[in-house]
Amino acid sequence: MLIQLTLNGKRLAAEAAPDKPLLEFLREQGCYSVKRGCETSNCGLCTVWLDGTPVLSCTVLAVRANGHSITTLEGLQKEAAEFGGFMADQGADQCGFCNPGFVMNVLAMERELENPTEAEIREYLAGNLCRCTGYASQLRAVQQYLAWKRGRNHEQAE
Amino acid sequence: MLHLREYARPSDLEEAWTLNQKKTSRILGGTCWLRLGERTIGTGIDLSGLGLDQITEDEEAFQIGAMVTLRQLELHPGVQAWTQGAVRESLRHIVGVQFRNCATVGGTVWGRFGFSDPLTCLLALDTQVKLYRGGVIPLTEFIQRAPDKDILEAVILRKTRWRTAYQSFRNTETDFPVLAVCVSAGADGFRCAVGARPGRAALVTSADPAALKVLAADLPYGDNSRASAAYRRYLSGVLIGRCLKKLEVDGPC
Repeated sequence: MLIQLTLNGKRLAAEAAPDKPLLEFLREQGCYSVKRGCETSNCGLCTVWLDGTPVLSCTVLAVRANGHSITTLEGLQKEAAEFGGFMADQGADQCGFCNPGFVMNVLAMERELENPTEAEIREYLAGNLCRCTGYASQLRAVQQYLAWKRGRNHEQAE
Repeated sequence: MLHLREYARPSDLEEAWTLNQKKTSRILGGTCWLRLGERTIGTGIDLSGLGLDQITEDEEAFQIGAMVTLRQLELHPGVQAWTQGAVRESLRHIVGVQFRNCATVGGTVWGRFGFSDPLTCLLALDTQVKLYRGGVIPLTEFIQRAPDKDILEAVILRKTRWRTAYQSFRNTETDFPVLAVCVSAGADGFRCAVGARPGRAALVTSADPAALKVLAADLPYGDNSRASAAYRRYLSGVLIGRCLKKLEVDGPC
């Protein structure tokens, strides 16, 4: 069926089979940041935003994106690069496989939670699995990134 | 893998119900679990155009639409205040935020999954389900029924003055629970739901809180890769004890 959506700010119309996962549809549109991980709705690697809300693109049917707005890492490159710098500083991406979904969820959390505690960060990011880091370095990177963002927002407000 | 021959987005419940009468039709919830099995569906019926993604509140109840996501329910301030955080506690350990933004209340209740945390929690509360053709029935009755071709419209959480506490035990964060327990205390006594036994949640009631552990120990428990039946039976007493302790600490509503 023909679906129409907004992908990273651009209007798009394309055919999608009824059972095609959003993940496959997005990769066909050239969004290769959207990675296939567990495909059992568990690992968080395929995270994209549906109308600004983080969802698992392996789980959402592409036809359900009809009329909605989808954001992938390709649409958030500046922010992703900023956060990526904090990840690099902490050695928080080792093999890097989990990074695309992790970055998408961190940026969603930054918009949803105001000044989250460590427990809130851990809870929000619990659906992003990483087999390398043990999460300690990622947690430091997230906390430093959020502090930097707050500082920058404060400066801009002044 | 899920094979879907056709996708339908009906404009009203009657159309959805008619489409669903075909043997090969299925209502689509969040498709989190539906897609994991090897199955072919003739027509997948998407209810997302029917306004069932809202939680409404009046003096008597919260009405939770079948397409409300687990995350919406988790963040609803009225539901959390009324249940003293028990509903949120039953939801926040489920996989991750992204998963809970996909999975629907209707999907988890209709599926009557043994591993369902929210089903365990709702069973201990004064909960009804609203079926398109079957009308409003208690969740305790619905949970015993085999799935049919009706449509779940909403879950109704009645505002009965109960204090509620929820506890689950997991081998690792975000995994299915090894066991889940929810206890409600009201003027007539105590209701205790035990889920992930690993069968679907079951309810025991008593006027005496001390009897809950004994009654829960008599429920059937089973073995699976997460735990043995004996371990689950033992754990039920521990989690019930923790719920009762929390109810004592929190005091009356």
